[in-house]
Amino acid sequence: MKKLFVPLTVLTALMFMYAPVMIANAPYEATMGLVQKIFYFHVPAWMAMFTAVFVCGIASALSLFRGTPAADRVAAAAGELTVLFGSIGLVTGPLWARKAWGVWWQWDARLTMALLLELIFIAYLLVRKYGGPGSDKLAAAMAIFGMANVPFVYVSVNIWRTIHPLTTVVPTLGDKMGPRALAAFWFSALSFMLLFVLLLTMRVQLDERRAELDRLYLEEEE
Amino acid sequence: MFLRVALLVLRKDFAIEVRSREILYTTLFFALSCVLIFAFAFVKEGKPLEDAAAGILWIAIAFAGTLALGRTFERERYGETLRALLLAPAPRPAIYVGKLLGIVLLLVVAEALLVPLIALLFQAALFTYPLLLIGLLLTGTVGFCAVGTLFAAMLVRARTRDVMLPILLYPITVPVIIAGVRGTSALLQPAPDEAVATMWIALLVCFDVVFVTLALWTFEPLMTE
Repeated sequence: MKKLFVPLTVLTALMFMYAPVMIANAPYEATMGLVQKIFYFHVPAWMAMFTAVFVCGIASALSLFRGTPAADRVAAAAGELTVLFGSIGLVTGPLWARKAWGVWWQWDARLTMALLLELIFIAYLLVRKYGGPGSDKLAAAMAIFGMANVPFVYVSVNIWRTIHPLTTVVPTLGDKMGPRALAAFWFSALSFMLLFVLLLTMRVQLDERRAELDRLYLEEEE
Repeated sequence: MFLRVALLVLRKDFAIEVRSREILYTTLFFALSCVLIFAFAFVKEGKPLEDAAAGILWIAIAFAGTLALGRTFERERYGETLRALLLAPAPRPAIYVGKLLGIVLLLVVAEALLVPLIALLFQAALFTYPLLLIGLLLTGTVGFCAVGTLFAAMLVRARTRDVMLPILLYPITVPVIIAGVRGTSALLQPAPDEAVATMWIALLVCFDVVFVTLALWTFEPLMTE
């Protein structure tokens, strides 16, 4: 991963620069027009967030049952990224809703559950920071429980009456709006995933160095 | 063995509670104060707002539940008995189940008082579908306490436990509160909707199964120092 880090950073930067071109070239959606373009940003952000939730949950389970410090570091990094990508989703969503629904926020099942997931992971970060000794286990349990909440969030849109666009928007995108829209969407999604991987690696490396520094410091004192 | 240990833990908690009745009385009084405070917020010109009763009922349960959870484990910490409990040659998940049963029982007693009170004070027809209401209350309470017992047990050693318990517990258990409130208010409509209430009970059962399993699964590693 260390060798790949620089080329991947360059690639991700290039993709993020080229993505607006693809999004601009994608056809307009029939009813919503320009507003729909935020979809290329909003959905990939949530996809990255859900990936982060699962990485955090699985890494937490590993650190809890195996006690590996590396898994704990990955979980901490993924927890922060969950909040980051979740915030992007929570900011872009209302921007779209203002134009499409006429209100910034709607107390709809899906929106509420997304906000909830964000809150769970903010609580996760709070425990990590202020929980005191032994808080890493507590945080791990929080992450596992947060991950278990995801099915309730994901299924919510398809069972309950909701005004949020269904998750089937993505697979049927090509039929409705042509291959260029589909390409732009997956390009954006891939860019976000790469960004997620990069940030995760960076954060884990930072923590590794911090741990190494602490170790050296203690050694020096002795 | 498993069930016997769980029942023993429950009996121990029950015996202590019967002697002092501290948690029961404080929780009940706290729940009453909650109802009173919400009454000031949601009663307008002598008439409660629509759906207020369902919301007040569930918020009172959640708040009183948090208090009871905190107190139960505070007692273990104060008597320094949690370590002894964990050292006992018994399966750890059984200890969790015993504690969970104790808190669920306590909250059921609190609910038995809250429901008639709210029905009386807010003119809510809570008794038209007693079975559905009992189903909602029971599944909801189990879900709330399943998460709460685990977190309260873990927080015993943390310095910031008083503030951390609600911070951790509420976001995770909001699905329970949503399901409880929506299900109860479906029963309180002028034309009660049984199908909606049943759907929410089904969701609560799923929630209970998932979170009780997770708690049983994680209790052992979490309580190991």
